[in-house]
Amino acid sequence: MSNNTANMKVVEGSYAIAHAVMCCRPDVISAYPITPQTHIVENLSQMVANGELDSEFLTVDSEFSALSVLVGVCAAGGRGYSSTTSQGLALMYEVLYNVSGLRMPLVMNVANRAMGAPLNIWNDQQDSIGARDVGWIQIYAENVQEAVDATLQAYKIAEDRDIRTPVMVCMDGFVLTHVYEPVELLDKEKAREFLPDFKPEHILDPARPMTFGAFADPSTYTEFRYQQFEAQLKALPKIEEVARQFEESFGRYYGGLIDGYFLDDAEIVIVTLGSVVGTVKDAIDAMRSEGKKVGLLKIRSYRPFPVQALRKALKDAAVIAVMEKDVAIGGEAGLVTDLKAAFYSSSIRTPIIGFAAGLGGRDITIKDIRKIVEKAEAARKGDLSEFEFLALRKEIL
Amino acid sequence: MDNSLLAPGHRACAGCAMPTTIRLVLDAAGPNTIVVSPTGCLEVTTTPFPESAWCVPWLHSLFENQSAVASGVEVMLKRRGKDTNVVIIGGDGSTFDIGMGSNSGMFERGHKILYVCYDNEAYMNTGVQRSGSTPFCVHTTTTPSGSQSQGNPRPKKDMPAIALAHKVPYVATASVAYPVDLRRKVKRALEINGPSYLQVNAPCITGWTFDAGTMIELARLAVESGLWPLLEYENGKLVGVKKIRRPKPVEEYLKLQGRYKHLFKKTECADMLSQIKDMAEDNMARYGLVD
Repeated sequence: MSNNTANMKVVEGSYAIAHAVMCCRPDVISAYPITPQTHIVENLSQMVANGELDSEFLTVDSEFSALSVLVGVCAAGGRGYSSTTSQGLALMYEVLYNVSGLRMPLVMNVANRAMGAPLNIWNDQQDSIGARDVGWIQIYAENVQEAVDATLQAYKIAEDRDIRTPVMVCMDGFVLTHVYEPVELLDKEKAREFLPDFKPEHILDPARPMTFGAFADPSTYTEFRYQQFEAQLKALPKIEEVARQFEESFGRYYGGLIDGYFLDDAEIVIVTLGSVVGTVKDAIDAMRSEGKKVGLLKIRSYRPFPVQALRKALKDAAVIAVMEKDVAIGGEAGLVTDLKAAFYSSSIRTPIIGFAAGLGGRDITIKDIRKIVEKAEAARKGDLSEFEFLALRKEIL
Repeated sequence: MDNSLLAPGHRACAGCAMPTTIRLVLDAAGPNTIVVSPTGCLEVTTTPFPESAWCVPWLHSLFENQSAVASGVEVMLKRRGKDTNVVIIGGDGSTFDIGMGSNSGMFERGHKILYVCYDNEAYMNTGVQRSGSTPFCVHTTTTPSGSQSQGNPRPKKDMPAIALAHKVPYVATASVAYPVDLRRKVKRALEINGPSYLQVNAPCITGWTFDAGTMIELARLAVESGLWPLLEYENGKLVGVKKIRRPKPVEEYLKLQGRYKHLFKKTECADMLSQIKDMAEDNMARYGLVD
């Protein structure tokens, strides 16, 4: 990753995202306020109010309506944008499936937040991981810069004729939405070159009447679903290609589908996603200085799940430890389950252990990460641990 | 209607008022129209992939987001400088109940959209369950008549009043039995620079159970009995009332329908019948239906 420091500005994460959205030139922004997404949409409203952004901004009655409005926008040929989190994403659930089924290339920033009950406004990734099967592409950002860049890339991926699939750009709520950090804001003209205007082939037009959203009976429904499945498979090379194109235009690249840190010779690999990656890198620096061969694999694309890339990158690891901010109650958790599934159908038999951490905004510390490595070392010696909640406060149970 | 914008070959029941209603609406709106429909009988009878009965652009998303979806279409058309009619056509379940939130949002934001509700007074597509539009004492599959029940215990929700409370500039009721009136109201609504709401009485043969040949007669009796007044509001003021020349007793309307059958079998229903009569008389007095 290289930054042109001359263009760096210290801004709030939400402002940086709003600025990136401005550079994507959506025709319509439709949003409903929910913490910690609010600063993104407030900034966008102000940009529209100031005439900096030529978009229609619709203030709607719910997240359900926010995304539904964009179904109409897209069908009428427009580029649509929304942002939400947590309960808002859950309220959109029905529309999420509909948007992907209608093959509408919408983009949404999800400011990741915990799900209630109990009510909790702080960060984890239960909201979007819980929506992993709705047919949207999901890209996770490590820091504000990545979230900014992924937002522009997301439209290019979504609107590609072979893909035509909506994208969620997931960024940790508060940790990334409310942090002030140095960011290189996108250049509007370069963004326009990178992302041309949206020109869909099929739109609602009285001169060429078409029916959108017909129902499919058992004789055709499977094929509709298969085409969505296939489009996400095609998105695997496309995400990488777009990340490289972005590098050519903007000089920044941090992996397409995945990224690594001290991965090549790592014996213990921590697999995770989102802003905690920075903490894990610090922990690895400390442990490497002690001679421990620990590495990191960062998931950038969770959907499509980069099965081949993961097998290739992790084939030499002795133990894989997955740490994630979500729980599949009654099972384990999203990422660890997916990773195990990806490896079981290969010849790789590396032990995989899983941890839920950082739920509802609890800090994940370097000490926690050392604990994971201890467990991984035990697993290497044959003492495999079951999925567990990291740093569980047993004294208050 | 050889040039109808709703093609023949759709799969609605014989005797259903819905396709006739839609044809009248489209006939008045013309080809420069985009229709948004929620899930319901209209959607499933006209768009089995890969077929479609729609000769105008048509969009269906979900059961309860028609108003939000149409808002998006309208905003985009306006942005592109297109002067195309945006018409929502949905049943009473999506209009009165599950879509209320986004309907309210669309009305309140003031989009230039005509909302047509073909009102058959229950969830017919799923098998005749009660909706907020179901009238008092109607037998449905979720408000069945029985030894402890005389059918739906609540009166019909006053959806036009809800639209009026949003300051919707054009609100009207119509009936499939009065095609000239219906067409005129569609045309008037489309001239309004803002939202409009048109609620059309549309009998459902399977839900109401009547003889297929009597559909229009039944819809006319709803009006002539005073139970379905034909009204027209502009900017909150009542500007049009269809007068009833020869008022009919409510029993004449009710007796033709299986959904009211229990009222005439049980002596304890006399009180219910008199309450329905009161509703009709109240309408006649309130709106001056009879000269």
